[in-house]
Amino acid sequence: METFWFAAVAGMLTVYVILDGFDFGTGMAYLWVARTDEERRTVLRAIGPVWNGNEVWLLASGGLIFFAFPKAYAAGFSGFYLALMLVLWLLMFRGLALELRSHFPHPLWRTFWDAAFAVASLLLAIVFGAALGNLLRGVPMNRDGYFFTPLWTTFTPGPAPGILDWFTVQMGLTGAVILTMHGAGYLAMKTGGALARRAGQLARAGSYAAAVLVLVAFTVIPIVQPGLRHTYDAYPLGYVFPSLAFLALPVLMFFQRSRREGAAFAASSLFIAALLGSAAWGLYPNLLLATSDPAYSLTVSSASAGQYGLQVGLVWFSIGLSLVIGYMAYLYRSFRGRLETLPTEEESHY
Amino acid sequence: MAGALLYDRLQFAVTATFHYLFPQLTMGLALLLFYLNSRALWTGESHYRDSARFWTKIFALSFAFGVVTGIPLEFQFGTNWAKFSTYAGGVIGQTLAMEGMFAFFLESSFLGILLFGEKRFSPRAYWFSSFMVFVGSWLSGFFILATNAWMQHPVAYAVAADGTVQVNDFWGLLANPWLLWQYTHNMTAAAATGAFVMAAVGAYYQLSGSHPPFARTFLRTGIVTAALASVILLFPTGHGSSVQVFESQPVTGAAFEGHFDTQKGAGLVVIGQPNMDALTIDNPLVVPGALSYLLYGHSAAEVKGLREFPKVDWPDNVPLLYYSYHVMAGLGTIFIGATLLALCFLWQERLFTTRWLLWGLMLLAPFPYIATTAGWMTAELGRQPWLVYGLYRTAEGASPLVHSGNALFTLLGFLGLYLLFGLLFVLLFVETVLHGPSTGQPGSVGSARAVIEQGAL
Repeated sequence: METFWFAAVAGMLTVYVILDGFDFGTGMAYLWVARTDEERRTVLRAIGPVWNGNEVWLLASGGLIFFAFPKAYAAGFSGFYLALMLVLWLLMFRGLALELRSHFPHPLWRTFWDAAFAVASLLLAIVFGAALGNLLRGVPMNRDGYFFTPLWTTFTPGPAPGILDWFTVQMGLTGAVILTMHGAGYLAMKTGGALARRAGQLARAGSYAAAVLVLVAFTVIPIVQPGLRHTYDAYPLGYVFPSLAFLALPVLMFFQRSRREGAAFAASSLFIAALLGSAAWGLYPNLLLATSDPAYSLTVSSASAGQYGLQVGLVWFSIGLSLVIGYMAYLYRSFRGRLETLPTEEESHY
Repeated sequence: MAGALLYDRLQFAVTATFHYLFPQLTMGLALLLFYLNSRALWTGESHYRDSARFWTKIFALSFAFGVVTGIPLEFQFGTNWAKFSTYAGGVIGQTLAMEGMFAFFLESSFLGILLFGEKRFSPRAYWFSSFMVFVGSWLSGFFILATNAWMQHPVAYAVAADGTVQVNDFWGLLANPWLLWQYTHNMTAAAATGAFVMAAVGAYYQLSGSHPPFARTFLRTGIVTAALASVILLFPTGHGSSVQVFESQPVTGAAFEGHFDTQKGAGLVVIGQPNMDALTIDNPLVVPGALSYLLYGHSAAEVKGLREFPKVDWPDNVPLLYYSYHVMAGLGTIFIGATLLALCFLWQERLFTTRWLLWGLMLLAPFPYIATTAGWMTAELGRQPWLVYGLYRTAEGASPLVHSGNALFTLLGFLGLYLLFGLLFVLLFVETVLHGPSTGQPGSVGSARAVIEQGAL
């Protein structure tokens, strides 16, 4: 039962990273690929109907962690206090930038929100990458099951690390590069003209950078946290995930070259899913690894809510998830197809 | 950790209060938008379509602020109230997770259609989206209130071996008896906020002679809804809420009323200042016997006073609780008077030319916000000193390792950000209202905003 909820949370978060990931990537690519106001509005319209729904996957994942693993939710959220507050403030700025930009046509107003959107997207991608780095590296858990990490200490992963150290920063950059590639690929698929051409170029360049950074990450991770190998040793089936990631990348590059943007976007989604799957497989059964004493790690069984609650949840979660997949499919289907850069007949919210 | 506890509490109070300024408008407008879109669909009149499009803009603006300010609330259960989350996650995790799965996705997906899809979708599908946004936002309210209702009146739980509480009756949790009055009262208040704002915008257009047909539609729709909502807020929902507080949290009820001494035939304090040294009300204006009558149906019934209860169980800020309750109830009474008066004038077809009344309706717009905020302060201050009433004290719930320096840092950060956000919202709200509704074909380039944008570029 706990294993199911671990997989459910990991799956929800993966969907979140794939979906909101292209929104973040769009934001990071924004200032460079979209030069005129017309192009910028096209970019915003490309994510406009969906970004809010994409972000809900984060909220819903948070809710699901709270529901299934309250102790891990409490320990993790209070332990990463400052980083999470930073995430909140950035999410606020980013959301408002998207919604408020088009309210006034004044160029200074728009420049301000353009910059806010791009910078907040970049910082969020880095923070989320670093967050994954923190989970993989482990946290200085105490015997009561709580910890508190400052933003940085000595920038080295050790028994008392900060949220940012050389490893997590490296993970943050990797995240930012992968999501830039992913978002640029989305724009290449959804838009046309010079905008789509520049987005395609950025996505191709991003895929090479991502290849290098991911190789580095796969080399460094087992050194920083040797414990992650245990699950792989016990259940070698998990090697399917890293293999899939290394398979998806050349496929992605191939589709990018042959200008099949839809297939390329699917491949980059698969790539991200495989990377996150690799991380989740290594972490299991831990939710929060302790750098202090492995016995203090919070695991799926030590952090879970009561059995009755988890069983009832199974029923409503299945119903809820089916509904969500229905809305999402309907929403994406309704807004499928390329957007024109030129002003169209269609009145738009942005 | 006393410093940190204070900052944790203030931060939750600030973020929750500020956040709720937006959902109360969006939940109210979701209902009114559904009405306008239904009229548009049945009558086929473009006037209702144009009205709905205008209010969708206001809705979207408020929704955006509501979404971004809502995220911190869910996060703060973990960040600032870690011990409480560990303790109660097995119960409230259910309702909070369900809110995400059932309400947020619904709302945001169909809002995407409402904002971007008027041209792409058939009128019927568009109308359906409006309905789903209404359902989503009111469901969201339900799950959040189910969470709060459990904290006010814990049911359907068992204490586990490790001292945490775990849900043991799923339907019992969702059908918490506390929820009936809390949910209906709260949602009626949201409808009132939406309706008063709509009426105020209509009054402004009528007074300034702009957008005449819209002014009348907004006034009519706003006033009828506001009048209905104001009456329902008092009876049965407000009355029911008060009675259940006196039943389950008698010490809180006594503090609401500034009722210190147990007595038969207790009076209702209308105005007066609680004196916490002498435990009396200074400068009181009291209706004799009224409190006993309202609670128990006869004016000689005994009502327990604050002195009856140990001081450790008193709400920790009795005067603020007393004022919150009185501000809420006082404004509620004024709303009934004002809307019934406006309804009479509307009935006699004199409203649109009676300028003093239009002025009054316009200036009334901020007051439902104040009343709702005071109402939530009543509920939350009244729950003190408990986080979960009778089970778990607020002082036990804070995160053990988040020190006061960090908590104050983020509290100040939120204050600064929310000052900025508040200014932005007012600016954009005023701009949207000044801009006004436009009479265009659905989704045509002729809409005012598109013209402005093209002209400026």
